[in-house]
Amino acid sequence: MTDNPDNPGGDAVVPAGTETLEVLSSGQGAFGVSGTPDVSGYGGLARTTHAAPPATRPYGGWFDAAVDTLAETLGTDFGPAVSKVVVEHGQLRLEVAREHLINVMQVLRDNPDLRFEMCMGASGVHWPQDAGRELHVHYPMLSMTHNRRLSVEVTCPDEDPHIPSIVGIYPGNDWHERETFDFFGVIFDGHPGLTRIEMPDDWVGHPQRKDYPLGGIPVEYKGATIPPPDDRREYK
Amino acid sequence: MSEEVIYETADEAGAYDTTEGKVYNLSGGDWDEVEGDEGIAQRVVVNMGPQHPSTHGVLRLILELDGENVTQARSGIGYLHTGIEKNMEFRTWTQGVTYVTRMDYLAPIFNETAYCLGVEKLLGITDQIPDRATVIRVMLMELNRISSHLVCLATGGMELGALTAMTFGFREREYVLDVLETVTGLRMNHAFIRPGGLAQDLPDGAEQQVADLVKYLRKRLPDTSNLLVDNSIWVARTEGVGYLDLTGCIALGMTGPVLRSTGYPWDLRKMAPYCGYEDYEFEVVTQTSCDAYGRFLIRLGEMQQSLNIVEQCLDKLRPGPVMVEDKKIAWPAQLAIGSDGMGNSLEHIRHIMGQSMEALIHHFKLVTEGFRVPAGQAYVSIEAPRGELGVHIVSDGGTRPYRVHFRDPSFNNLQAVPAMSEGGQVADVVAAVASIDPVMGGVDR
Repeated sequence: MTDNPDNPGGDAVVPAGTETLEVLSSGQGAFGVSGTPDVSGYGGLARTTHAAPPATRPYGGWFDAAVDTLAETLGTDFGPAVSKVVVEHGQLRLEVAREHLINVMQVLRDNPDLRFEMCMGASGVHWPQDAGRELHVHYPMLSMTHNRRLSVEVTCPDEDPHIPSIVGIYPGNDWHERETFDFFGVIFDGHPGLTRIEMPDDWVGHPQRKDYPLGGIPVEYKGATIPPPDDRREYK
Repeated sequence: MSEEVIYETADEAGAYDTTEGKVYNLSGGDWDEVEGDEGIAQRVVVNMGPQHPSTHGVLRLILELDGENVTQARSGIGYLHTGIEKNMEFRTWTQGVTYVTRMDYLAPIFNETAYCLGVEKLLGITDQIPDRATVIRVMLMELNRISSHLVCLATGGMELGALTAMTFGFREREYVLDVLETVTGLRMNHAFIRPGGLAQDLPDGAEQQVADLVKYLRKRLPDTSNLLVDNSIWVARTEGVGYLDLTGCIALGMTGPVLRSTGYPWDLRKMAPYCGYEDYEFEVVTQTSCDAYGRFLIRLGEMQQSLNIVEQCLDKLRPGPVMVEDKKIAWPAQLAIGSDGMGNSLEHIRHIMGQSMEALIHHFKLVTEGFRVPAGQAYVSIEAPRGELGVHIVSDGGTRPYRVHFRDPSFNNLQAVPAMSEGGQVADVVAAVASIDPVMGGVDR
C-alpha cells in the first residue's frame, strides 16, 4: 500500500477534474469480507470508478470532422442527442440519448462523410450504482468506406429498460440485440422478434447482470471446503 | 414473460390444436398415422439438429419444407452456451485467457490474442510488447488459421459426402496441432498468449519443427485442392449455392471469407493492421462468385498465404524477451519440464525463495491477486478465420474484468442462413451452413 500524502484519511481518491463525473461503481476494503474485525488496515481503502471524462477539442485525427458532420446533419438535435463525446485509448465514443438513437444511427449510416455501414453488434454492461442509467449498451461501428471505427453508447435505467431497436437500420444487429436482452434484460423496442437466444426460453432472470449470482457449489478437497467462486474472498 | 404458457394436451395421434390450425408432432415412421387426415401437410416444419451430423456442431436448423424445397429457414442456437463471459468476471485478467481460449475452439489462438490485445490497450502497454512475442503470436495465429480452415474443409467435405476430404483435412490438421502442442503444451485450449506477452518462449527445436511443417504442408495441401477444385460433384454441390452478395453481406454484418467471396478484399490484417501485420507480405484472397464454392477457394488460398506469413515469421524471429518488462504485470512464467511434468523452473524457485524478496512478493501478488487494469473500455478487433473477432472489454479498475464481450464472427454470420438457403433445397442448406463455417463454441460462448 502506498501512502498518499494528499489523502491521509483514506477517503475516496478523486482524480482532479472528475468531481462532476457520474460514479459507475464504488466499494470499500481490499478483500471483500465484512462482519469480521479488520486487522489488516486495508478495510479503510475506498475505490470509486468514474465514467470517462468528456473529450476536449481537438479530439484528434478525423474525430473532429466526424463529430462536426454529425452535428451539422442533426442540427438542433445534436445537443440533446449526443450527451458526451469521449476519446479513450484512441477510440471515439459517442454517448447518445436513447430517444435519439435511431436518428443518430441513421445519420451515421447514410451520411456519405460518415458512412458507418456496419454495426458490429451490441454489448451490454450493467453498472448497478450508476443511478438512473444502470444499463449501458455499447455499439461498435465500422465504416468500411473510410476505414474508421467509433462506438455509440446508450444507457437506460433499470426501472425502464427500454432502448429502441436499430435492426431496421442494421439488420445484422438482430441476434446481438436478442443476446443483450437475454443477458441483461434490455428491451429493444421495435425488434422484430425479441426472444431469448442463448438461455432456454423459460429461463428466469438475466444472467449477466451484476445482481445475478454466478452460482456453483462448494467443493470438498482433502477435508477442506472451497466455496464457489462468487462466495470466495476476493481482491477488490 | 410472466404469463404462464399452457400447452394443449395432444390427442392419440399426437396432434393438438393451435390458433394456426392443427399441429402434428411426428418423430419418424409415424407418417401413416396422419396421412388420412384432411388438410394435412400444408406446412411441414422439420427440425434439423441440434444433434445432426451435417449441422456443423450443435446447431438447430428449423426448416419449413415444400417437398425438397426450403421455404423458410431459421437457426436455433444456445445449446453450447457455457457462460464464459460471466465466469470471466470472477477471475483475474490473466486467468481470463484460460476462458476465452475455449470460445471458438477451432481458433483458440485468435481468441487469446484478441483478448490480450484488449487488456494491453486498457493497460496502455501495446507498444511495450516485445517483438519476439508479437512475431510468435502472428506465427501461431497463422498456423491456427490453417488448422481452422482445414477443419472447415474437412467437416464441410464430410457434410457433402466427400469423406476423403475429411480424412485429408484432419490428417493435415494433426500436424499443425503437433506444432502447437510443442509450443504451447496443448493441442487446443492453449492459454498460451497472456496479457503482456506469452506464457513462455518457444522450446528448443520448435523453429525447426515449424519450418518442417511449412515444407510438409506446401507438399500436402494441394492434395485437397486436387481432390475437390475440379471435382464435378463438388462443384455441382457448391457452385451458386449459399449465394449472398455484397449488399446482403453489408446489411447482415458479414465479414471474413463470406464477405471476401463477393470480391471485396476486406481483411483487417490489411485494413487495420495489428501485431505488426503491415510488415508481412501476403495477399488478400477474394472470389467474385458470392457462393459456397468461392468461399471454399478462398480458404484454400488463405492457407497458402498463411504459410507465406509463417515463413516470414521464422525469418523475423530474433532472440529476446517474450513478456513485458514491467514486473507489476509480467506473469512470472519461468516454466520448465520436471520429472513430474511442466511446472515452475527450479531456477525460478531458487530465485524467489532464496535470492530476491521482491521477486517473491511479485510472484505471490501476481498469482493470487493479479494486476489492476485502469478503469475504461475499449473495442479491439482482429481477423479471425471466420471474420471479425471483436472484443469489448470494460474495466472498473479492479483485478478482474468488469465485463468482456466477444463479438464472435460465427455468431453474427449464422444470421445469414435464411438469406443463403431459403428457396434452395434441403441439401443446399448443408452446403450453405458449411460455407459459413460456424463454430458453435464461439457462437454460444
